[in-house]
Amino acid sequence: MLKDQDRIFTNIYGLKDKSLKGAMSRGHWDGTKQIIDNGRDWIINEMKASGLRGRGGAGFPTGLKWSFMPKESDGRPHYLVVNADESEPGTCKDREIMRNDPHTLIEGCVIAGCAMGAHTAYIYVRGEYMREREALQAAIDECYDAGLLGKNNKNGWDYDIYVHHGAGAYICGEETALLESLEGKKGQPRLKPPFPANMGLYGCPTTVNNVESIAVAPTILRRGATWFSSLGRPNNVGTKLFMISGHVNKPCTVEEEMGITFRELIDKHAGGIRGGWDNLLAVIPGGASCPIVPAKDIIDCQMDFDGLRAVGSSFGTAGAIVMDKSTDVIRAIARISAFFKHESCGQCTPCREGTGWMWRVLERMVKGNAQKREIDMLFQVTKQIEGHTICALGDAAAWPVQGLIRHFRPEIEARIDQYTYRSTSEGAVLEAAE
Amino acid sequence: MSVRRLAEDQFQPATFAFNAENTVFEAATIAKYPEGRQQSAVIPLLMRAQEQDGWVTKATIEYVAEKLTMPYIRVLEVATFYTQFQLKPVGTRAHIQVCGTTPCMLRGSDELIKVCQHKIHHDPFHTNAEGTLSWEEVECQGACVNAPMVIIFKDAYEDLTPERLEQIIDEFEAGKGADVPVGPQINRHLSAPEGGPLTLLDDIKPVRTNLDPKPEPAADGASVPPADAGHPKDTAPETDKSLKTPVTAPAAAAANAKEAEKGESTTTAEKPDVKRRGSKAEGAPAPEGAVAGEDKPKRTRKAKPEGEA
Repeated sequence: MLKDQDRIFTNIYGLKDKSLKGAMSRGHWDGTKQIIDNGRDWIINEMKASGLRGRGGAGFPTGLKWSFMPKESDGRPHYLVVNADESEPGTCKDREIMRNDPHTLIEGCVIAGCAMGAHTAYIYVRGEYMREREALQAAIDECYDAGLLGKNNKNGWDYDIYVHHGAGAYICGEETALLESLEGKKGQPRLKPPFPANMGLYGCPTTVNNVESIAVAPTILRRGATWFSSLGRPNNVGTKLFMISGHVNKPCTVEEEMGITFRELIDKHAGGIRGGWDNLLAVIPGGASCPIVPAKDIIDCQMDFDGLRAVGSSFGTAGAIVMDKSTDVIRAIARISAFFKHESCGQCTPCREGTGWMWRVLERMVKGNAQKREIDMLFQVTKQIEGHTICALGDAAAWPVQGLIRHFRPEIEARIDQYTYRSTSEGAVLEAAE
Repeated sequence: MSVRRLAEDQFQPATFAFNAENTVFEAATIAKYPEGRQQSAVIPLLMRAQEQDGWVTKATIEYVAEKLTMPYIRVLEVATFYTQFQLKPVGTRAHIQVCGTTPCMLRGSDELIKVCQHKIHHDPFHTNAEGTLSWEEVECQGACVNAPMVIIFKDAYEDLTPERLEQIIDEFEAGKGADVPVGPQINRHLSAPEGGPLTLLDDIKPVRTNLDPKPEPAADGASVPPADAGHPKDTAPETDKSLKTPVTAPAAAAANAKEAEKGESTTTAEKPDVKRRGSKAEGAPAPEGAVAGEDKPKRTRKAKPEGEA
């Protein structure tokens, strides 16, 4: 288990002092000026050396992303946009950072801004996080009062941070949709290229980073890349906030070392699976868009990018949704399909039409009111959606359904058999009167 | 996607205006964005209008469009695209948003929805008879480790049971919503595990090793003898350490030298001619018997005698 000394988010539960003074006593805002004085190249090299991969789901190396920003400004301002539009079902880590440990994020914004030559940051918080937004804004105001932000501040890097918010659209977690939304439009993703590092917010060079990626940066720079990369295993280094929801005894959010096995994670932090390990059916390991993994594959799987790829899923945001054997797994996935149908922005036809189509077929399969050949048809349709859309929402909608068919096909067939068995020659199904 | 339309005309009020406090907010919000990019403020302004009036009216949309010099249709697009905007009047005392996405579903949000159907109205977005309460099923609200949960206006009520939700609804209906504790409704603090956190219990000391000045290479480093692990083992007899040389036994060597000097002075009477020791280049005359120039024998490669190989 990760030692407390190695945790980055030392107040993730909000049990300690959340104010600037409290944050400083825990080592935040310490040596920020020194880090900035070391220069952007030092920061970027240190971030690259740390091996930090983006914590928003895709796992793109953060240092590399920062280095894509133009070295010299061509007159256009540079922007840092922090993606706090955390809407993936199963994910709720940024919420804890913003409401309990906001100074990690604010300090990270300053340092990241220096590394990419930006003097302005926008933090895009999802609309539902109203109290979190207020907490974050209060912390930012505190920093302005203490002279840590604004013009001629103590850090020697002029910096302004603005909190912006959305209004309940999952798609705005996609970086270009987020920029559209921030510009006051519908959140419909843009075609890439041009990439945001070149043409982002208001047509200016922009980098969009997840809250956690930004918030861990100051601690990494203070403690050194070697410390961070010594945790976890190569290519999957560092610590990560894990969120454990669903059928465990004590759901919680916890910071752990990357590569911890699923068994250890659940036993140590979540009080075990409801009804014991034999009662585990399956896990969606990284937020709703990741394919489901059956119990036998996940129990001793290492929870990191490579570990979960080896079992045909993905690490995503490390929000594990645990299902025990009481779960109607078809219905669970059908609900995820309903989610994606609801959240599709409607721009690309395969996604707009496909998500609704998949959901309707799955709803029938929940009852068993389907043909077995429709299972293959459904799988084929998911393949036609995947990769044929501007953004990754099409893929995200397709993968859970593919995972269901791959691992739980017998369940679907049994459901269909059961339904057929109860049907009469007229096609009517006898159902218990309620 | 979901199809969303504005409320029918009979519900739409004729005008909209921000109250005094929100007018200040409006100016501050617009100022957050660069000149010419005021359109960015559209979502915050619509949201603030909804907080003020409970829902987004047609008059609000027109007001915001004019304020931000946007075409009406662009604001209408935003209002209908983002599902958090209520386009119809909702319950005045509480609009209960039940999260129904998978993580909440697994922990019993179906029962919460039944409670809402039973206590408020069978269908979402319909107010109860008094117009005080309404409910809807929403997608993931980002509190999955505290499932199941509902959001009422700005606050989340987490770790609910159907019974607890019934009590909360009753409180709100009675106008005492502010008395309900927000957050988890069971024995836990925010997202920490039930019964208290299992981590972050130690006293954590801040670390800044990367910023502290790096220790200088030790100044007395030279006094440390270099390791001789890389040296080859020498077994030649002339390097035997027991042999005495002028270097290893200087005192004995000095004595020897003195002795030799004494002996020399007794045997050789005349001093050696120093000049003769110089080289030809220094202009010294060649020692007697030395051959130089044309007389010096040429160095040639010795021809190998035949037969030898």
